[in-house]
Amino acid sequence: MASFVTRRLIAAFFVLLAATFLMYMLVALSGDPLEELRQGNAPNKQQLMDSLSMRLNLDVPPFLRYFLWLGGVGQCFVGQCDFGVNVQGLPVLTLLEQAMGSTLQLVTGAQIIAIVVGLIVGITTALRQYSGYDYSITFASFLFFSLPIFWVAVLLKQYIAIGFNNWLADPLIGVPVVIGISIVSGLLWMSFLGGAAKRRLVTLGVATASTAAMLVYFELTNWFTTPNVGIVGVAVTAIAAALGVTAISVGLANKHAVRGALVTAVVGIALYYPMTYFVFPGMNLPLFLALAVGAIIGGGVIGYFFGGRDRWQSARTSAIVAFIIGAVIALEGFLMYWNAYFNSTRINGRPIATIGSATPNLGGNFWIQGIDTFTHLLLPTIAIILISFASLTRYTRASMLEVMNQDYIRTARSKGLTQRTVVVRHALRNALIPISTVIALDIGALIGGAVITETVFGWSGMGQLFLEGLRHIDPNPVMAFFVVTGLLAVVFNLVADLLYASLDPRIRVS
Amino acid sequence: MSELNSALQVPPSDGGSADETTIEQRQTVGLSQGQIVRKRFFHHKGAVISIIVLAFVIVLAYSSVGLHMFGISIPGWWQWHWNATPPLINRGVPTLNLIPGPGFGIGPHPFGQDQIGKDIFALVMRGAQQSIMIMVLVGAVGTGLGVLIGSLAGFYRGIGDALLMRFTDVIITIPFLVIGAVVGRAVGGFGAPVLGLFLGLFAWTGLARLVRGEFLSLREREFVDAARVSGASDKRIIFKHILPNSVGVIIVSATLLMAGAILAETALSFLGFGVQSPDTSLGVIVSENQAAFATRPWLFWWPGVFIIVIALTVNFIGDGLRDAFDPRQKKMPSPKALAKALARRAHATRTPK
Repeated sequence: MASFVTRRLIAAFFVLLAATFLMYMLVALSGDPLEELRQGNAPNKQQLMDSLSMRLNLDVPPFLRYFLWLGGVGQCFVGQCDFGVNVQGLPVLTLLEQAMGSTLQLVTGAQIIAIVVGLIVGITTALRQYSGYDYSITFASFLFFSLPIFWVAVLLKQYIAIGFNNWLADPLIGVPVVIGISIVSGLLWMSFLGGAAKRRLVTLGVATASTAAMLVYFELTNWFTTPNVGIVGVAVTAIAAALGVTAISVGLANKHAVRGALVTAVVGIALYYPMTYFVFPGMNLPLFLALAVGAIIGGGVIGYFFGGRDRWQSARTSAIVAFIIGAVIALEGFLMYWNAYFNSTRINGRPIATIGSATPNLGGNFWIQGIDTFTHLLLPTIAIILISFASLTRYTRASMLEVMNQDYIRTARSKGLTQRTVVVRHALRNALIPISTVIALDIGALIGGAVITETVFGWSGMGQLFLEGLRHIDPNPVMAFFVVTGLLAVVFNLVADLLYASLDPRIRVS
Repeated sequence: MSELNSALQVPPSDGGSADETTIEQRQTVGLSQGQIVRKRFFHHKGAVISIIVLAFVIVLAYSSVGLHMFGISIPGWWQWHWNATPPLINRGVPTLNLIPGPGFGIGPHPFGQDQIGKDIFALVMRGAQQSIMIMVLVGAVGTGLGVLIGSLAGFYRGIGDALLMRFTDVIITIPFLVIGAVVGRAVGGFGAPVLGLFLGLFAWTGLARLVRGEFLSLREREFVDAARVSGASDKRIIFKHILPNSVGVIIVSATLLMAGAILAETALSFLGFGVQSPDTSLGVIVSENQAAFATRPWLFWWPGVFIIVIALTVNFIGDGLRDAFDPRQKKMPSPKALAKALARRAHATRTPK
């Protein structure tokens, strides 16, 4: 094992070394960095060109300049990284840190959502193979594969941002829209849950009616101008989360777990008023994170004490429930300040942003800043999800189908186990092994993979660092981008291999 | 499965034992490998429709504005050149009207005109030509190099294999978009064919790994030993024995490589690192017109629709080919067909001849 990792790391080191050399030569030889100045007509042209040459060592041929760069980067091993300076003379290391922060903010949430949604949709399509739902999702994922993201981005800006902002000025849902949305939602739920003809019809009816009722409720209470969850909303989602999570993770037959989850839900509901009145006004980021961790631990403790024989299962279930309830109550915190945000002079009633990562000079407390981040993240997140969702769904579906056709699944079924146990415990765990490596590789490609999305939505992240460097034939920023992405790719490649070997006992690393 | 098989079988008329062939065997009995693949492919509806649509798009793109490259110039049947600036008609609103009634037909500018009057149909057709050409070039060069490198590494193994695969690792570490942007920055000005060739030089890595894997496993098989024992040369073994057996993997990944190539090319052109003005490609048209979306949405819709149509059809063809070449692929009868077969069997047992 240790020798495998060492050998891989040594090979990776040399591969990266060669790749950086190739990259440096390609960038340095792709044009003339002095061309802009040479064609300009500044009076002190020669002086400017000389100083730029000095700064970037342009008098050294690219082949040797690479080793100058490598010498600077090599100092990272002794803790003094030197990525050089860019055309403007700014140190690239500082730029790199800012860019990485910005890009991570952009892609982290999007990738998590894409993984969760991709897994759920992939599993359900595999369970409903050759159904209308399966065919529609298959077609949709092919479509998403083929979407040019820069084109989708413009559509999103036009219809989601500008259209939604216009609509928010006078939020009125027409009767045909209510009917349309309700029927679509009913059909979605029907194909999602499946079953025999009668059960399908019941699902269709219930889902359509409840969607319509919700929309009418929103309309009548002016929900879109004063959005809130309310104690009733929190109570309903808490109970639903408790029952739903228990049903999927351990089954409703496990009375101890159900009791634990329900008690967690009740504690969550009881905390609604104290939280919104006393804790939320003075909120800051450390406290927010502490509360999130506290919710998970608290839920776990409740589940553990109600757990009966299998305490850890119950603790896990209750912890998930507590996290969901905590998220809903936090959502209420954001919604409480929605009006302040919506009517602030910087926003002026047009909340969904089309460009950038934050509204300049907005001010406001934790919640208002949070809403601002969210409205800026919304569009790029949708764009990233559309793209990564497609491949994840396909992988999950294929892997799940492969497992569902195995003999041990048939054995499990013939033992008389419930569908939940067969799917979640026997099939899903094994299906997740190959998917985990795909996800590991995806995460490795994350920071460098959003170049186009960042450009279209005006985020000054890694993509901009790379593209600006390339435009000015400035190898230093480009190389900084590449060192980070290449390193991540190599490391996560290794992680994927080790993960596979540790999850699948049939695989040995040697 | 066995119940399914027996349900679909014709019951033995002489009362003897049932025919032991399974459904899969029955479907392929007496057919050559090529025939099986073709049959399976033409059963994939999405792939067949995609082939027809893609052929239509290609014929439309190359015949409408004609072929203009390397100094050769064959005019097409469309009246406008993509750089001509006829006078604006009705603000340049598209004249395409498929609703029967007055104004039905394609009109002088079916996809509309831009601010200075350029015909968008001609522009999109020229863009589609360039994008398709780059896609095919990347696919051809990438596949050729990938097969060459992968087969040499997989067949001869040893030190050459190690070196070639480390070289592959070097290229694969750099994201394709990144290397494409650097290459495009350097050669984008020389026109679409050169860009396609150079992008192809970096697009072979995934295919090389696949082909190497395929060669590594096939070269240990008995038929290769048999060929070697009977005195076949390395060249003959590679070209006559191993390559034909890995053609499925190669064709499928070549198709998917092409689907990725058109998206990469349009993205690069959009960023300004691909095809350069005054020449055009679908990505360039989107990039030039994205600001005009609110006032002239047709400038933006049509190039995007053509990118999606080309990429989607190529992806579907790739999926159809994968199904066709996959020996594990089983065509399951639909519930309806199964019910019919069961009914037929019940009927047959009730009324013996």
